[in-house]
Amino acid sequence: MRKIKADVAIIGAGPAGLAAALSAEREGAGEVLVLDRGEELGGILPQCIHNGFGLHRFKEDLTGPEYAQRFIDEVKTKRKIDVKLKTIVLEINQNKEVLATNSEEGIFKIRANSLVLAMGCREKTREMLHIPGSRPAGIFTAGLAQQWVNLEGYLPGREVVILGSGDVGLIMARRLTLEGAEVKAVVEIMPYPGGLTRNVVQCLQDFDIPLLLEHTVTFIHGKDRLEAVSVAKVNSKKEPIPGTEKIIPCDTLLLSVGLIPENELSSLAGIEIDPSTGGPVVDERMQTSVEGIFACGNVVQINDLVDYVSQQGEVAGKNAALYALGKLEQPKRVINLKKGRNIRSLVPQIISAQGKVSFFIRVKNPEQKVELVLGESIFQQKNPIVKPNQMITWEVPFEDLRLNDDVKELEVSIRKL
Amino acid sequence: MAEKTYNITCIVCPLSCEMRLMVKDGKIESIKGNRCRRGIDYARQEFYNPQRVLTTTVKLKGDRLPLLPVRTNKPIPRRMLKECVRYLSKIEVKAPVRLGEVIVSNILNSGANVISTKEVGSTGVYRKT
Repeated sequence: MRKIKADVAIIGAGPAGLAAALSAEREGAGEVLVLDRGEELGGILPQCIHNGFGLHRFKEDLTGPEYAQRFIDEVKTKRKIDVKLKTIVLEINQNKEVLATNSEEGIFKIRANSLVLAMGCREKTREMLHIPGSRPAGIFTAGLAQQWVNLEGYLPGREVVILGSGDVGLIMARRLTLEGAEVKAVVEIMPYPGGLTRNVVQCLQDFDIPLLLEHTVTFIHGKDRLEAVSVAKVNSKKEPIPGTEKIIPCDTLLLSVGLIPENELSSLAGIEIDPSTGGPVVDERMQTSVEGIFACGNVVQINDLVDYVSQQGEVAGKNAALYALGKLEQPKRVINLKKGRNIRSLVPQIISAQGKVSFFIRVKNPEQKVELVLGESIFQQKNPIVKPNQMITWEVPFEDLRLNDDVKELEVSIRKL
Repeated sequence: MAEKTYNITCIVCPLSCEMRLMVKDGKIESIKGNRCRRGIDYARQEFYNPQRVLTTTVKLKGDRLPLLPVRTNKPIPRRMLKECVRYLSKIEVKAPVRLGEVIVSNILNSGANVISTKEVGSTGVYRKT
């Protein structure tokens, strides 16, 4: 079997992987090798043709392809960054060996000094929701519909119901409407929308598409092709309330019910996974539980904004390069972070408490007039509102802090003001 | 003249204030529900002249994929969105296309150009230079 060597090998050429590659190169890594199963660079961005990308990072309102192009253009000028597309990674292990294959080179092995995991995420499917009824054609994930409409030029159907109000579902409600389909309703089981308010306004309200909160799809009708869905109101336990069911005729049901970090490869390398994010446990350098393997972007946790993904990619790439060059100092101390009141997930989960640390936090329940608290009021940040659908970012300057050496654990929580 | 009410959700910040507008003879009489001044400006803009950036695709020949993503280079009146998409459904371009290249100038006299948001064709596929 052919063997290739690399300083840093990066799995995934989406926004996380591209940012990591550029950052690793900047940090002086010898050879950076990026692997992706897709046919072009950019991951999911090429099919996200709507705007709203880059507002934080570039202070510009870009579309997905435009955001990707900024990184692609730069990658193309770097001699030390090599890219293999249409290449699938089959295995990785703790020795930073990667087993990969493509149709030109067959199966080959990469020995890398460090690895960056940037595989992104997958969409939840109908099978994960256990919706009763028949199994007709016409039921798709929202992201698949997006690929068809925006890249391949197919309309998935004419009369559409969307289950789940995640951002991809909202974006597709507008997209399908503009392309001539009728979106009859967006159905959301929670009492609040899953996506950003901006998308609720500009994708649903702009086109008078009804948003049915605290509703769910209870039955799927149709033999060969979807003919209708039953929709019912749910109670506080999210159980359908008898007598509230109504039938909505439709030929297409799109699912926008959540994303799952794609960590089959991470598990093969024995990397510890955090059940609350579905991704690897990482420290502030984005290093996983296996030394020399780093992770960034949606494989670590589902991010709302690509800007955050690029930011994490840069941290992971830089530290992967330092590790590959033998320059990464292992931390003098390790502090585990505990999720306190109203915290659903928290990245990084481990810190050494040196320098600035950027936290990415998701809450369980919406709350107003609160503050984020680290430890027993070591750091606070006031927040007028927190919502589960809006990731909180928090930069904490640990360099200003003297912590006792015996501190092994700190709690992050939301405190009502 | 009868008064009408309109609901507008503010998207300026994450608070997402639900504002209620009292409107008489097509003019805003009062705005309620906003927590700050920015809500009033947003509500006025949304009521009198809501504007959106249009993003869609046009037909593409000579590339791996049959579509080219495009957008308006500035916001256009919201009421023109569907009309512009209908107009663009008849447009076909040939690869290669540069990012930012004008595909339709001053679409339907909106004052906005429709531009390509992707590099395609000879430069679109990843190739080491």
